[in-house]
Amino acid sequence: MTDILDNPRVAVPTMTDAEASAIKVTARRVTRSEWLKLRTLRSSWLTMALAIVSVPGIGIAIAWSTANDWPNMRPRQKLHFDPLADPLSGFNLAQLAVGVLAVMLIAGEYSGGMIRATLAAVPRRLPVLWAKVGVLTTLTLVTMVPTAIVTFFISEHFLAVRHIAVTWSTPDVPRIVIGVGLYLTVVAALAMGIGAIVRNVAGGIGAFVGIILVLPVIASALPQTWGDRINKWLPSNAGQALMSISSDNSTLSPWRGFIVFAGYAVVALIAASILLRRRDA
Amino acid sequence: MCAVIEATQLVKRYGEKTAVDDLSFSVKPGIVTGFLGPNGAGKSTTMRMIVGLDAPTSGAVTVNGRPYAEHRAPLHEVGALLEAKAVQNGRSARNHLLVLAATCGISSRRVDELLGLVGLADVASKRVGGFSLGMGQRLGLAAALLGDPATLILDEPVNGLDPDGILWIRHLLRDLAAEGRTVLVSSHLMSEMALTADHLLVIGRGRLIADVPVAEFIRQASSDLVNVRTPDGGRLRELLVGATVHVTASSPGRLEVLGMTSEQIGDIAAANGIRLHELVAHQASLEEAFMSLTHDSLEYQPTEVTHP
Repeated sequence: MTDILDNPRVAVPTMTDAEASAIKVTARRVTRSEWLKLRTLRSSWLTMALAIVSVPGIGIAIAWSTANDWPNMRPRQKLHFDPLADPLSGFNLAQLAVGVLAVMLIAGEYSGGMIRATLAAVPRRLPVLWAKVGVLTTLTLVTMVPTAIVTFFISEHFLAVRHIAVTWSTPDVPRIVIGVGLYLTVVAALAMGIGAIVRNVAGGIGAFVGIILVLPVIASALPQTWGDRINKWLPSNAGQALMSISSDNSTLSPWRGFIVFAGYAVVALIAASILLRRRDA
Repeated sequence: MCAVIEATQLVKRYGEKTAVDDLSFSVKPGIVTGFLGPNGAGKSTTMRMIVGLDAPTSGAVTVNGRPYAEHRAPLHEVGALLEAKAVQNGRSARNHLLVLAATCGISSRRVDELLGLVGLADVASKRVGGFSLGMGQRLGLAAALLGDPATLILDEPVNGLDPDGILWIRHLLRDLAAEGRTVLVSSHLMSEMALTADHLLVIGRGRLIADVPVAEFIRQASSDLVNVRTPDGGRLRELLVGATVHVTASSPGRLEVLGMTSEQIGDIAAANGIRLHELVAHQASLEEAFMSLTHDSLEYQPTEVTHP
């Protein structure tokens, strides 16, 4: 700092006209900025690592221990074991990690004053939201689809020893395995919409967990005639239809359920975009 | 030169509370314009409206003829330092600037140049969460300068700076204005503005109180008040009072004379054989002038408690 005082004439480096006319805001540049934002916070790495590790971590542990215990398991336990769904059940933890990351990416800007620096740089505002959604859903898709596939093959490798494995060529299997990645991608978009509406990290995570986890639990307490009609339309139940083998009256068909779930995310993001334009930052 | 920032009948209400009330002003390039007012007068709200962070309830404000949000290269138009901690704590200083630079393709070379300029090169890779208020102000200033902006809007930039830093920022603001840029800087300290600004916009309770060159404000403010103590108060008073001279007596022997120098008073007294025991010229400080100007518009005034 002393050199500044010794030389009080402060010259701000100026730009040439060519340089100055090149510094326009574009969707591509805002996307780069949001990617850089995500990469430069430790919390993103931690939550994303948790999401990626939890699926194979839980899945392989279940497959490995089941394969080991198989001869000692009672017939009822064997009947309850689902060799496809159980090794993929790590998505339950992964969805929390992805949701928390999504809420933090947007609502975290409001806990300090970062959002004001962001919106002063991108005063049209909406490119910021779309860039955040684009970056996080792309990241989730390209990491979680392969993670689910790898988890499937390793888990089934262990289960094959006991001849209880399912194979990739079995009907519905690719849809269910890849569905884990697709479901988590929509979770990211939905959570980002919630975070943008709530604008508070703790509140956003609370709302997200409430909608994804708590709502189905509360709804399951409804009388069955009501429950069968309502429960399947709840966001997480609808989305998880993509990962179920059979559909009966109490669940939506896989793709229909997934589209309903994606619809919730779209509604949340549209609401978020309207509020982002309207509200003072 | 024509004005760069033009506010027309700006109004901002939060529910019942009116933060900015029918504010019209213009800010010209090439000089430092001080935005002066007590805390809560509406300075920050006005600045946020200029860069489109808050929407006015009514009225409009333009930068270079257009609302800020309509500029294609906003960071080249306006650099704003609105709060020292417009950051996410987990990020390093350099990454914070890189993130903002990326929105419009500003090079990392320029980011490094600016980190050097504001004196943060040594701590560029440190998390900004650990920064002092002064370091935060320097980082905010670097962010404001990223796009080589034609206009700078700085909200209380000297807050938290040490004396060296305050001196440095005064030089910087004057140099930026000398380069032909438009500089709007807010403060609640008249003394700070007297040293930095060329022109003053004084606001209180969201209203414009004065729009004057600093030099004129100082001249108006420093009207002489002379305290006189004399045993012949009544006679002297009659001799002094006139169209442009105002005399008040706090007690029979003490007069406060406004509108006449101590020399003139002394001469008149001598010519009329009036004994003076005390003759003190008292120049109102800038701070006092500012206080008297904004007194009626203070938002939070201490209420006087009277005991029976």
